[in-house]
Amino acid sequence: MSVLEVKNLDVRFATQDGEVHAVKNANFTIAEGECLGVVGESGSGKSQLFMAALGLLSSNGHATGSVKFRGQEILNIPTRQLNKLRGTKITMIFQDPLTSLTPHLTIGTQLIESLRIVHRISQQEAGKRARAALDLVRIPEAAQRMRQYPHELSGGMRQRVMIAMATVSGPDLLIADEPTTALDVTVQAEILDILRDLKRELKSSIVMISHDMGVIAGIAEDVQVMRYGEIVETGEVDEIFRAPKHPYTRMLLDAMPRIDSIKRELSPAAPISQSTLLNVDDLKVYFPIKRRGLFAGTKPLRAVDGVSLQLRPGETLGVVGESGCGKSTLARAILKLAPITGGSVVWCGRDLGPMQESAVRALRKEFQIVFQDPLASLDPRMTIGQSIAEPLKTLRPDLPRSDITAQVREMMGHVGLDPNWINRYPHEFSGGQNQRVGIARAMIVRPKLVICDEAVSALDVSIQAQIIDLIVKLQKEFGMSLIFISHDLSVVRQISHRVMVLYLGRVVEIADRDAIYEDPRHPYTRALISAVPIPDPALERSRKRLRLTGDLPSPLDTRAALTFLKSKVIDDPDAEQYKPRLMEIAPGHFVAEYDAIT
Amino acid sequence: MTLLRTSPQNAETMTEAVGVRGRSLWVDARRRLFRNKASVISMIVLGIITLMAIFAPLLSPYAYDYIDYSVISCSPDWWPDKTVMCNAGGAHIFGTDSVGRDLFVRVLYGARVSLAVGLVATLVSLLIGVAYGATAGFIGGRLDEVMMRFVDVLYSLPFIFFVIILMVVFDRNFILLFVAIGAVEWLTMARIVRGQTLSIKQKEFIEAARAGGVTRFNIIRRHIIPNVVGPVIVYVTLTIPSVILAESFLSFLGLGIQEPLTSWGVLISEGANKMETAPWMLVFPAVFMAVTLFCFNFIGDGLRDALDPKDR
Amino acid sequence: MLSYAIRRILSAIPTLFIIITLAFFMMRAAPGGPFDSQRKLPPQIEHNIEVAYNLDKPLFQQYLLYLGHISHGDFGPSYKNRNFTVTQLIAAGVPVSARLGFSAMAIALLVGVTLGAVAALNQNHAGDYGVMSVAMVGITIPTFVTAPLLTLIFGVYGITIWGLDLSLPVGGWNGGAARNVILPIFVLALPQIAIIARLVRGSVIEVLRSNYVRTARAKGLPDHVVMTRHVLQAALLPLVSYLGPAIAGIVTGSLVVEQIFGLPGIGRYFVQGALNRDYTLVMGVVIFYATFIILLNLVADILYRVLDPRVRFE
Repeated sequence: MSVLEVKNLDVRFATQDGEVHAVKNANFTIAEGECLGVVGESGSGKSQLFMAALGLLSSNGHATGSVKFRGQEILNIPTRQLNKLRGTKITMIFQDPLTSLTPHLTIGTQLIESLRIVHRISQQEAGKRARAALDLVRIPEAAQRMRQYPHELSGGMRQRVMIAMATVSGPDLLIADEPTTALDVTVQAEILDILRDLKRELKSSIVMISHDMGVIAGIAEDVQVMRYGEIVETGEVDEIFRAPKHPYTRMLLDAMPRIDSIKRELSPAAPISQSTLLNVDDLKVYFPIKRRGLFAGTKPLRAVDGVSLQLRPGETLGVVGESGCGKSTLARAILKLAPITGGSVVWCGRDLGPMQESAVRALRKEFQIVFQDPLASLDPRMTIGQSIAEPLKTLRPDLPRSDITAQVREMMGHVGLDPNWINRYPHEFSGGQNQRVGIARAMIVRPKLVICDEAVSALDVSIQAQIIDLIVKLQKEFGMSLIFISHDLSVVRQISHRVMVLYLGRVVEIADRDAIYEDPRHPYTRALISAVPIPDPALERSRKRLRLTGDLPSPLDTRAALTFLKSKVIDDPDAEQYKPRLMEIAPGHFVAEYDAIT
Repeated sequence: MTLLRTSPQNAETMTEAVGVRGRSLWVDARRRLFRNKASVISMIVLGIITLMAIFAPLLSPYAYDYIDYSVISCSPDWWPDKTVMCNAGGAHIFGTDSVGRDLFVRVLYGARVSLAVGLVATLVSLLIGVAYGATAGFIGGRLDEVMMRFVDVLYSLPFIFFVIILMVVFDRNFILLFVAIGAVEWLTMARIVRGQTLSIKQKEFIEAARAGGVTRFNIIRRHIIPNVVGPVIVYVTLTIPSVILAESFLSFLGLGIQEPLTSWGVLISEGANKMETAPWMLVFPAVFMAVTLFCFNFIGDGLRDALDPKDR
Repeated sequence: MLSYAIRRILSAIPTLFIIITLAFFMMRAAPGGPFDSQRKLPPQIEHNIEVAYNLDKPLFQQYLLYLGHISHGDFGPSYKNRNFTVTQLIAAGVPVSARLGFSAMAIALLVGVTLGAVAALNQNHAGDYGVMSVAMVGITIPTFVTAPLLTLIFGVYGITIWGLDLSLPVGGWNGGAARNVILPIFVLALPQIAIIARLVRGSVIEVLRSNYVRTARAKGLPDHVVMTRHVLQAALLPLVSYLGPAIAGIVTGSLVVEQIFGLPGIGRYFVQGALNRDYTLVMGVVIFYATFIILLNLVADILYRVLDPRVRFE
């Protein structure tokens, strides 16, 4: 008998802007012990489908059809009956572990709640099971953790707690709704490992909902592709990835950036003999953080701790790293939007550090930035035309309005926006279109350098591919240099000439894009590359994985930066530590010192 | 049926891919405001009351301070309770007060004063609050901490005490009344403005403007002010009833508007005294004030919903 | 936690200091002295009285003398009722006002939280609109209107429902008898009930929307467990922040209520003192209230930290 049987499931929402048809007539079954991957972009209805099955729809949602769990109808049944299954037989974990755990209850309380309250298991027995579950998800010192509060744990640990909560009762069906989307790549890899192990040990059926084909390839046996509420294709995982039938599936696979292959030709960068555009030397950005307790005093947060780089005209440098590595701070320091604590930033021979703000402002037309969140980076009360025009107006206040409008329209054409939309507002557009506006705004003054700070991270895969194409095209046309910052190695590989890997504010490896992926040296780089999911199930199954254990250490702890050079560590979190030097192991390929991995 | 109903999601979070049709945020807000029936009715009613207040002398043959001892404490002719001592007759629609003045015209003149106090004192609190809050929010850091600590401390004290002392000290000066009440209400305004300034300041489009080389002054002018204006308008609309209440509170205690001028607060306190024998003296001003306060509150709520629909 | 409490108490002292200073100088800046309204006294006697009350000394010296006195708990005699010291008057009035105030606060919290929660659970349905309309009434109609109105209904006209005589006395303390205090307490509580109901409604709605409530429901917990364990504690946080202003509101309201119902509490002393320029009485009352409110704010602050683990470990 199948574990879950869905027939004619239809979900609609009544909203202020009319009815939204989130799920259209879904039909599928999940067998015993099967792992189903559900893939789709935003608006595909993949989450709403399972929320409806579990009775978690918001009050304006309405579901019709049939959902049977082991033959028993569970759609729209009274809450009391549903609660006998929810949380024990059918469990669900969600995307954002920080907001998904109750802040004022301890981890332990939340773990054993459903066992105690719904199943009347004794405190002792429940505690035992909880500790066992925490062990299963590889959380050390389980007993101590149970007394802690959610905000005291890191993101990865919180998600593991959520998984523990979902598996403590041995469910028949575990639904994971984008469980790793909000996590760093290396943390994501570990969570996926845990889920894979659980799959083997618990023999529960698992549903993995994700927009990331790589994640799906690494864990699912069967795949379901959804788009605008409809299931457009189903099949075995190898089939889907090797020979997709539906054009949408094919488009998704095509658009997905792969870390192991290059799909685009880049325009060649300027030869090395030409003068460098940007010369960053041993840049340091420290923020003072107040200490805890009665005795004040500050400790420096070393966001950027000695980063050097050179950029030539027309070159794209990819900057890669996880949270806390300082890549965003680096970008802002280069643009002098963040204070420089040490080192220098030299632009075309001029040192930006000691410059007055007014002098820097005069230079700003030469370097621009595109932000991560397209909607937040546009003033909601200005038309997109006004937003795009602003840098131009600032640069050339003498230009008559008609000229400015003409230039804005021309730039809109370059970035693929209809010039007739010039008087529309950001909230009328989608994320991808708004990002084009952001790019237009950055490009309108024809800068020599554009920094893209996670510019495509908030976009759907298909849109992402379009924007990457756009950026590459613009670089060919206008010849600007790019610093492309991202946590997504696959994307970075597509777009950069050279790649720099950051860890806790320091450069760990820098090389051109082929070298860094074919011959990575530093253990962190290797772990990072190994953690990136590849949308190829056969490859995923056979890959050897290099794992970093534990969570990302706190940047306040000075020992943290020497994680890979433990031989030189001074065991004091406040001491000045040894700085690993960058060694040139091949022409143009630099690696920070590290202890060899045994 | 579940005991717990979770709140509805809106269309945007459902379907990312399609942009929402519409026009500028102001136009959007105006549309939402006029769809809110309570707000629209309130605006009409308020408009009528304001017009009546402005044209008061034309609406009644009596002067507001015309004393007529022949009709002391007389009910209007149509008053249902027939056991009253006398009927005012003539054009005394609302009856008369304890010295024979026409209540109707006094209520309208009271409207003038109460609305005037409401607007002026709110203006005072607006000016102080905006200046204070914007400075604290924009400069931030240490200065912000200190300024806000000050506000926090004052916020929890019954400021009315100091207003009372002020009124006693400076002997019930009419202008001072405005200033004193405004000085009480600025605290909330300062908090709102500071909060808004802080949250706007952190938004990425401000950073984008900086990166584009826009001067600080222009950032404030072009980006911060238009985005702060919305919530400030909402709060101004909600401050006016607060102020009117504060004024009537003072008048009740004898510290507010003095004779022969009158306000709703004065009329209500007189009416409260004569409640047992001449209830109409209390009912009419009380109803007018209550209705006006309701209107302002509904409009304020409507504005808040219109400008930020998530904030229900 | 302890260090935080100590720090807060220490920072409260300058606040108190500023209040005392402000009040002192404001009262003294008023034209006319405390004895003006009486018969014109012969200059010699007037001078003697002034000396006796230290009124002849320079203002700053008077201030320091005053500070010295109050640090010993001596607020001096009331200028108007010269037979009583201010401390005596305050001590007489405190039990009345305290009883009134705390009862009103308790009722406001109980009724307000219940109504707010009910409204939130029935969002946009009948229950919600009903509660919010009542709240609107409570907020917009001032206490000195509801007081006489209710007195009219219950006191003057009297109400009999189902044979039960619900008429209440029109005023007077009567030693704090239940029948006398019901109306004043209710009138005092009404605006706060309204504000608290609105506050709780908003915050419960917000918490119900949160992801952790969704998780709690997904775990199969029955609705009442979700409400009491997961929702309530988080939703009550903004209420704890509001406690300070709530008490301030009740104190302000008590000025009116004590006046209308003729209750001998400190509120009434304050108003009369202000009108009569009874310096010492007004000062004493202001200091008393200020200390009380500052202490209460401290308690509310600490309570907030106890309820919210995220803030506790700062």
